Amino acid sequence: MQKHQERSIKHTHESEGGGGREQWGLPEEVTSVEEMIRLYREGKVSDDEFRRFRLQHGMYGSRLNQNYTMIRIKVPAGILYPEQLIRLAKLSEDFSIGSVHVTTRQNIQMHWVYLDDAPAVEKGLVEVGLTTREACGNTIRNVTCSPFAGVCMNEPFDVTPYAKALARFFLRNPMCQNLPRKFKFNFACCDEHSYARIADVGLVPVLKHGADGRSIRGFRVYIGGGLGPASYLAELLEEFTPEDMLLSTCMAVVRLFDRLGDREKMHRNRMRYLVHDMGFERFRELVLKERRAVEMTRSVLAKLYIREIKVDAPEMGQDAMVVELRPFNMPDGFDRWVKSNVMDQRQKGYAVVFIPLPAGDVTARQLRALAGICREFSHEGHVITTPTQGFALRWVMKSRLVELYRRLSEAGLANHGALSIASVVGCTSTTSCNLAITNAHRLAKEIRSRLIELGLDMDESLKDATIKLSGCPNSCGQHMIATIGFFGAAVRINNSLTPAYNMLLGGKVGKDSALGRVVARVPAKRIIDVILRLIDVYREERLEGESLASWIDRVLDGKGTGKIKGIDDLKPIIEEASRLPPPAEDPESYVDYGSDSRFIVRTARGECAA
Amino acid sequence: MLARRYPVLVEPEELLSMLNRGDHSDGGDNGVVLIDVRKEEDYMQGHIPRAVSLPLARVLESMDPRQLHMLFKRLGVDDSKHVIVYDDTFGALAARVAWALEYIGHEKVSLLSITYGRWSSLGYGIERGAGRVDQQHEGYTLADVSADHSILATYDYIQAILEGIKQLQQGKGTSTSTGKRVLLDVRERLNYLDHHIPYAVNIPWKAFTGEERILKPIEEIDALLSYRRISRDDEVIVYCGSVGTLSGLSYYALRLAGYSNVRLYARSLKEWRSLNLPVEGFKDAHYWDLSAE
Ligand code: SF4
Repeated sequence: MQKHQERSIKHTHESEGGGGREQWGLPEEVTSVEEMIRLYREGKVSDDEFRRFRLQHGMYGSRLNQNYTMIRIKVPAGILYPEQLIRLAKLSEDFSIGSVHVTTRQNIQMHWVYLDDAPAVEKGLVEVGLTTREACGNTIRNVTCSPFAGVCMNEPFDVTPYAKALARFFLRNPMCQNLPRKFKFNFACCDEHSYARIADVGLVPVLKHGADGRSIRGFRVYIGGGLGPASYLAELLEEFTPEDMLLSTCMAVVRLFDRLGDREKMHRNRMRYLVHDMGFERFRELVLKERRAVEMTRSVLAKLYIREIKVDAPEMGQDAMVVELRPFNMPDGFDRWVKSNVMDQRQKGYAVVFIPLPAGDVTARQLRALAGICREFSHEGHVITTPTQGFALRWVMKSRLVELYRRLSEAGLANHGALSIASVVGCTSTTSCNLAITNAHRLAKEIRSRLIELGLDMDESLKDATIKLSGCPNSCGQHMIATIGFFGAAVRINNSLTPAYNMLLGGKVGKDSALGRVVARVPAKRIIDVILRLIDVYREERLEGESLASWIDRVLDGKGTGKIKGIDDLKPIIEEASRLPPPAEDPESYVDYGSDSRFIVRTARGECAA
Repeated sequence: MLARRYPVLVEPEELLSMLNRGDHSDGGDNGVVLIDVRKEEDYMQGHIPRAVSLPLARVLESMDPRQLHMLFKRLGVDDSKHVIVYDDTFGALAARVAWALEYIGHEKVSLLSITYGRWSSLGYGIERGAGRVDQQHEGYTLADVSADHSILATYDYIQAILEGIKQLQQGKGTSTSTGKRVLLDVRERLNYLDHHIPYAVNIPWKAFTGEERILKPIEEIDALLSYRRISRDDEVIVYCGSVGTLSGLSYYALRLAGYSNVRLYARSLKEWRSLNLPVEGFKDAHYWDLSAE
């Protein structure tokens, strides 16, 4: 009895129409942002104090310019409602650059905001339920969640309510206001779509069938992962953590990190280093012990409010898979779009539509169009930001896809290739980030348009391959988990400082998560050639039905069967495609994308612009 | 410059009652001249009843006060008339025309608070065709033709300001007035970052506009300016990228919020660039690549 009571206070299930719309922002925080900026301008708070405050409220310094700030909006589980999209549009026109940027961690960023205007932006966000609180800084960052959660074919249950509840629990929670470093949670929908192993805590839903025939919800919990100059995959803490121990488990990990994490060495203070230095088994024991302590001592208020989501959508009887759709009035490009952007969802008759954005950028006009489209076409009434820097529109009736395609096309949002190799990710890099060496953002856009131009988004054998770029080793572009990944570097070639990238192969998320291996260094202006060359070689070498990603894995394993036995056979080919003529003959190749002047490296103090 | 005695904005309902009071049997206009500044063909297709047409392009033909006088006189504008201007371009074209009237000393001028598009979508009446052509106004004479130079900034005026700021920064000059002088660039952020007149600050013009009305409420405009530490004692010179339209609208945003010392650089950056005058910009980032256009 005692036990039972305790459980019910740790965990509350509620059912609520509309899925429980969260108000993340707080009006008081507008006033405090206003006040702090004023005091800072009057010289009444120190730079350090202001910086800490600023980061806690989602503001990063802009590249080499103190007057501007980037404002990051924390979007738990990536959920954005139409009014919020419209507001983002207006705020971006009024105070930013007329477009916003979707990040790999499902946040929204507004760039080049004048620091002093931040309170006005904050106010506009809070009014529609959004917040920047704890989007940056040494705290619990945005709780990310698979964009398939709730509609995934493989998922045992929808984790979205758990992601929102956990985000709600930790937001502004005193226990995580001053961690040694940032801390990231991720919820997967299933193993296949899982990003769980690159988070500090990754959670994959599992159903366990009890002896009495009832099933119990729980999670497979991974801890200690993360990407950066040194990346680690998270390790398995437990095969099954029942849902009523989810919170105590998460709290235990955060508390341990808070207590034991390194607060001195800025570059080694993510939890993954702690786990690594201590040894996983030892860390695991400590977590389990800490969890017992949490279970004994935590306040009755510490609980998760799980609000089950009910989508108001008519049930559909018959169904056709999206690949079989052949509407008689099929407009140009529709078939290609369906193949590369649309997926069946678990619920009969409905589909998930992906809206890829060039390196995550979307204009105010497009945001407004998307708001209208969302209202009309999505039965759940919101969009979701994706880890590939785009949007997902879910609960769309398959019978309305043609109409939707037309509407998206009008708004320039029906770009092809969302679920293909052409969905290239690039961090903001030299467009706004203080740490950037190269312009990965622009390069990502260039690669993407080239691949689309060549129709490679249509190639089934390339479909499971991904390309991701970061402008420096920090990995905001998640290059470590790409089939073909790149991170920016400056290299002296023919006596000239040249924008270049380290190239990695073989990274992936999902069931067999793996980190990429650095195989070469390629000048920025040769990246596209190298990618295309690699695809050519693959086409010559592949086994029947083998995908690019599998072939790369086989080569990395030294099990190639043709001319390319192992990576050492591939390296010379990449090197050849990377070669540059002397600067005098081809000055363009020594200049970075998006730039018309000589390449120089300029960076400032990092605030960790992940 | 005195505080305005005429409102910056006139609401649709107010406009209707202004136009409809009394009777019009004598062809009277109730002391109101309503000006539609869209293209003539748009006017022909539909306009607010009783509006007269004066496309912006006509107003931009000359800055000569005499010519401007003639232009407005022909529409029936005299000292006694309250002029109300509207457009379908966020209020920016209307603002430029209203400013021109103020420039020739006609202070009784207001902007309609919404655009023509919104007017018709809200179901207010419209009228088609050529509308009123008031030839009889030819005979009116207006009071002496003089320009109000206190609301205009020319390039040499701005050059002098820049010189003053430079001197001040070098510790040479002294600040003469109580307030400071602020150069306000109202173009979009990326354009501003790329290049702007030295010392200018940037508030994109859209920051002054509402979702439904051509200008935000006074408190919001006020907040924007106070965040930038621009005060009512300051002299503010607004400019944009072309002919003073978007900056014209911003000019009225400031006037609405009670900033009375505002000047419009009517020829704006277009002239500044053509004269090869100095600009500065921020070159350490590839921020243009962030633009999704
Ligand atoms: S820190 Fe590095 S990886 Fe992150 S946004 Fe900046 S350049 Fe890209």
